[in-house]
Amino acid sequence: MPDAVATRRRGRVYVTKSVAPYLFLLPFMALFVAFLIAPLCYAFGLSLFKTTMVAGTQFVGAANYLKVFTDPSFWDGVVLLFKFGLMQIPIMLGLALLYALILDSGRVYGRNFFRIAFFIPYAVPSVIAALLWGYLYGPSFGPFGQLAEFFHLPKPQFLLDGTILGSIANIAVWEFMGYNLIIYFAALQAIPQDLEEASSVDGATGLQYALRIKLPLIMPTVIVTIIFSIIGTLQLFSEPYLMRNLAPGIINSHYTPNFYAYTLAFTNQQYNYSAAVSFVLGGVVAVVSYVFMLLANRRAA
Amino acid sequence: MEKDSKRMTLDRRQFMQAAGAGLAATAVAGLPFAAAAQDKVELLLWAWTPDTQVQADMFTKKYPNISVKVENVGQGGPHYVKLRNAIQAGTGLPDLAQMEFNSIPSFKQLGVLADLGAAANPVKDQFIDWTWKAVSDGDKVYGIPWDSGPMGLLYRNDVFEKNKIEVPGTWDAYSEASLKLATDAPGTYMSNFGVSDAGWVAAVLWQAGWRPFHTEGTNITIKLNDDIAKKWAAYWQKLVDAKAVDTKPMWTTEWFAALDDGVHASWVTAAWAPVLMQNSMKKSVGLWRAAPMPQWTAGGTVTSNWGGSTFAAMTTTPHPEEAALFATFMGSDPEAAALWNSKQFLFPVLKSLIDDKALMGAPNAFYGGQAVNEIFVVSENQVDPSFEFAPFQDFVNQTMQDEMSASIAGSGTLGDAFDRLQDKVVAYATDQGYTVS
Repeated sequence: MPDAVATRRRGRVYVTKSVAPYLFLLPFMALFVAFLIAPLCYAFGLSLFKTTMVAGTQFVGAANYLKVFTDPSFWDGVVLLFKFGLMQIPIMLGLALLYALILDSGRVYGRNFFRIAFFIPYAVPSVIAALLWGYLYGPSFGPFGQLAEFFHLPKPQFLLDGTILGSIANIAVWEFMGYNLIIYFAALQAIPQDLEEASSVDGATGLQYALRIKLPLIMPTVIVTIIFSIIGTLQLFSEPYLMRNLAPGIINSHYTPNFYAYTLAFTNQQYNYSAAVSFVLGGVVAVVSYVFMLLANRRAA
Repeated sequence: MEKDSKRMTLDRRQFMQAAGAGLAATAVAGLPFAAAAQDKVELLLWAWTPDTQVQADMFTKKYPNISVKVENVGQGGPHYVKLRNAIQAGTGLPDLAQMEFNSIPSFKQLGVLADLGAAANPVKDQFIDWTWKAVSDGDKVYGIPWDSGPMGLLYRNDVFEKNKIEVPGTWDAYSEASLKLATDAPGTYMSNFGVSDAGWVAAVLWQAGWRPFHTEGTNITIKLNDDIAKKWAAYWQKLVDAKAVDTKPMWTTEWFAALDDGVHASWVTAAWAPVLMQNSMKKSVGLWRAAPMPQWTAGGTVTSNWGGSTFAAMTTTPHPEEAALFATFMGSDPEAAALWNSKQFLFPVLKSLIDDKALMGAPNAFYGGQAVNEIFVVSENQVDPSFEFAPFQDFVNQTMQDEMSASIAGSGTLGDAFDRLQDKVVAYATDQGYTVS
């Protein structure tokens, strides 16, 4: 009898041990499956069909994907976002890094104030940010236009063909610089104090310490923020969507790939094709992020 | 109507498939749905006009067993996106929805618009003819007209007088006035060429005789870039090239300010615009006037419509009879309809209100005491009813906005934009399974 009890108890302990982690994981997995995996599968299923207004629904296999690969409306948007990213990401992260190093140097008064001040734009929803900047950019209503008028200068045109991408990039920099700054700042704070002492003993200046010691130490963080920024850039949607009202001639309904997917699904009723566009965009994001990781790792190695 | 008989049969078949035959038989006008109203019923309506709940409550007062809840899910685009999503999802549709005239064919094509004929046909004669034609197909009625937007011309009397401009009766005179104003008063424009609103483009082309679509079942004729469109494009291209019209995107703060500041001296617009202007503008009180829409031939009497909406019931509603009753009430009950015009400022579609001298002849201080509605009353009776929208009008509008705005921003001429539009719309229609001719 005692043996049997012991065995059973041991057995129960064994089972519990192996099941417990899954029980703990269950809430997460349930939500993960319900809200990520299932919609993805559904969207993927959608992308294999073609529903038309009067010719019914057919299974078309990869036809929607083949169409995306030759669709200029999609690739124009991707190219535009590459241009956008090449301009916006270095400026945004460069500024974030600069300010983080300055704040971390300990030579600034009101460090906490600046930290919060830089971060506040990130707390503003991007819809509000786009509306706000849309107002600021307005040629006769916006303050820049009014200032120019006051001084009898030509009005700055923020919403024309050559300038609008920069104007949108400016909004993105304003919004996300503070967020990256906080990440860098946290990484810098984690650097042990004795490194600074050691470097000053070795005769390094503050600037040398920042650039030669701190910067390499937080490089992994920088790489991560670059990847986040690439992903964010390729998903650009709300800023052009909202600024379309102000510049409909330049921001068309397929200005960015996400905007294109939105138009396809909700205006054109091409849900299937829209799903395919979304998956290809996901593929582009994955490839670009992966290529960047490879390059970064190779340089580090 | 005879020539439409083929289309009617096809539509009836499609309609029956989608809707079931439940609606057709029940109603008797005058004694509507005595049986149906025995149980308490709640209807859900999606509408964007303010204070719609007030009229809905008037209905409940008359039919105590039917209460109606009004939800505003957004105006224009967002409203239709939500409807489409609910249709696609197969759940979540309201019982009724507000629907613009140009969206009726699209949603009819989706098979979600219930036939309100049984309840509505008895009141058909109360409505302005073109509005009824726009919502009906023979005896089938897919929405009850509610407000309309017959076109006219609003202009700045002060700017016209200062620059000695006569009110243009024809489009030729309008063009001359535009060129004159651009020379005499640089920085002031006769008008803003509002291609960023495809509804406006369709309305002014409608008047010019443009009939881009004719749908019969799965056959569709598409003539977006015909001679009428090209002539119209050339007319405006000349003014754009001469910088004699402004090309601001419409509905922006900048655009409203330009009207208020006298930068734009006139606006060819719809009957709902006078009150909209009056409510949005501070500086130009008393300076505006209304005149008939400019004509393509001197002495012509052709106008068109821009905007306006209807009430439509969804085939998915579990209470089709009550929904039909409600929609009919909202459109045709004299008290409720009068409220649209006096409180919500919508331009009516009921003959009795259009002919109401006290309502339509009231002087308006914003327009220097002019009874502006009288201008639009005349226009309402001149709207050419033969215009047809596409069963995929949202796609057409979006593409039109893209292409025409692009040409204004420098990519080719307006005529080129119509060619690109034609190609894209034909490709889309073919892709959707239509036989295009």
